[in-house]
Amino acid sequence: MGIPYVGSAFWELWEAGWPAAILRGASVTLAIGLCSICLGIVIGTIGGLVKWARLFPFTLAIDGYTTLIRGVPELLVIYLLFFSSAEFVSQVTAAFGYGGADDSAYGFVVGTVAIGVISGAYSVEVVRGALVAVPRGHIEAGRALGLSRGRIFRRIIAPQMLRLAVPGMNNIWQSTMKDTALISVVGLQELMRISSIGAGSTRQPLLFYAVAAVVYLGITIVSQIVFGVIERILNKSNRAG
Amino acid sequence: MSVEIPAVCVEGIEKSFGSLSVLKGLGLTAHSGDVVTLIGSSGSGKSTFLRCINLLEQPDGGTITINGELVRTRQDRNGKWQPADRRQVERIRSKVGMVFQNFNLWPHMTVLQNIVEAPVHVLKIPRQQAEEEAHALLRKVGLADKPGHYPSQLSGGQQQRAAIARTLAMKPRLLLFDEPTSALDPELVGEVLRVIRQLAEEGNTMIIVTHEMQFAREVSSEIMFLHQGRVEEKGAPEIIFKEAKSARLRQFLARAAGGPGAD
Repeated sequence: MGIPYVGSAFWELWEAGWPAAILRGASVTLAIGLCSICLGIVIGTIGGLVKWARLFPFTLAIDGYTTLIRGVPELLVIYLLFFSSAEFVSQVTAAFGYGGADDSAYGFVVGTVAIGVISGAYSVEVVRGALVAVPRGHIEAGRALGLSRGRIFRRIIAPQMLRLAVPGMNNIWQSTMKDTALISVVGLQELMRISSIGAGSTRQPLLFYAVAAVVYLGITIVSQIVFGVIERILNKSNRAG
Repeated sequence: MSVEIPAVCVEGIEKSFGSLSVLKGLGLTAHSGDVVTLIGSSGSGKSTFLRCINLLEQPDGGTITINGELVRTRQDRNGKWQPADRRQVERIRSKVGMVFQNFNLWPHMTVLQNIVEAPVHVLKIPRQQAEEEAHALLRKVGLADKPGHYPSQLSGGQQQRAAIARTLAMKPRLLLFDEPTSALDPELVGEVLRVIRQLAEEGNTMIIVTHEMQFAREVSSEIMFLHQGRVEEKGAPEIIFKEAKSARLRQFLARAAGGPGAD
């Protein structure tokens, strides 16, 4: 398989509409990634706050959740969520008269929930770690000045927590993007699935998987730039003069 | 002759951390304008005692009365003493200023924002007025050109002076200093001590924990020597430094005079 071969076949593929399909898949991948990271951030923030504030017995529930999700392979989490809920959802949609729910919409929702739940489990620890890392002295200074606890949290703890959580959340975002590839097993037409279909039907696996890798890398590189900007903004007050 | 209510009257303070008893019945009374300096070795309980006065540490026993107001406490489920009224604690803290060894300026806010945060949100002073007063305080501590700077852009001595300005913005009736110069490079200590000395000369009521013996001698109206959670000896500076009764105190002073960072 040489370069000229790939080059000439490329135009056939272009004609067949594969680049458009790849782009469609990539946009679905991005959409899942963004929706799940939002869900993950919400779960992580609530869980991290609960653990930091040591609200017993909720901490037990959070611990159970994070142990379970982090201890089971992501693929298995997706399978479990998908197959346990397929029955339930089809009954609910039939009851509402939507019989025969759209497969792809369903796959999208379950996929997002699954990846969101996974990223949430890791985010809990990132948020908790960031809260704990806020120097105690800063909080004491607030208390010594007579600031209320709410004020101290909003003005002193939360802004610093955001800054401290960014590197950890960067990691979780990268991981989330890669986890979206696992949703291909439930048939959702995201990037990985499109690539496998293309690889199978045109019998050029290397080409399609290489292209998929390039697209994922492209998303990663853009993400790094965005996170770099976010970190610079949040740290602008911290650079020594 | 009127009996003046003491600015602070603390009696019988006990505090343990787990099984370690750090404060074993300490007391202190300071009237308006007094400058009381606490000296002693590490582990003598000086900082813990100071932190009990503005309730950053909750004592296990004893009473704290600030400006005639007794801090109300109650026992919780585990038998531990807690402040009974959080609002009272916040109110009292707004009138008792504390300067920390590590400055504790908030790094994500400018110097000006650091100073006006509490006056605006606790004393409800209008922002404009609070900012004007903040500028005046910055002039007073020698940082008039620094309101827009972030703490990370200032030297240690400048940060501590900014922290003092932040404390003064609340117009406290009592000032607590927890080893204000211990974290500073030696050449920066002087500028901070100058500010503290000025505050003493202006008649502020102050309780200072410090290792700077010369400074303590010059500024204090009373010196208390703490040892293992108790007041070993106390008195006017001339007496303490010249005719200390306790052997331990004399030893401590000799070591302190011997060089920096003694004990």
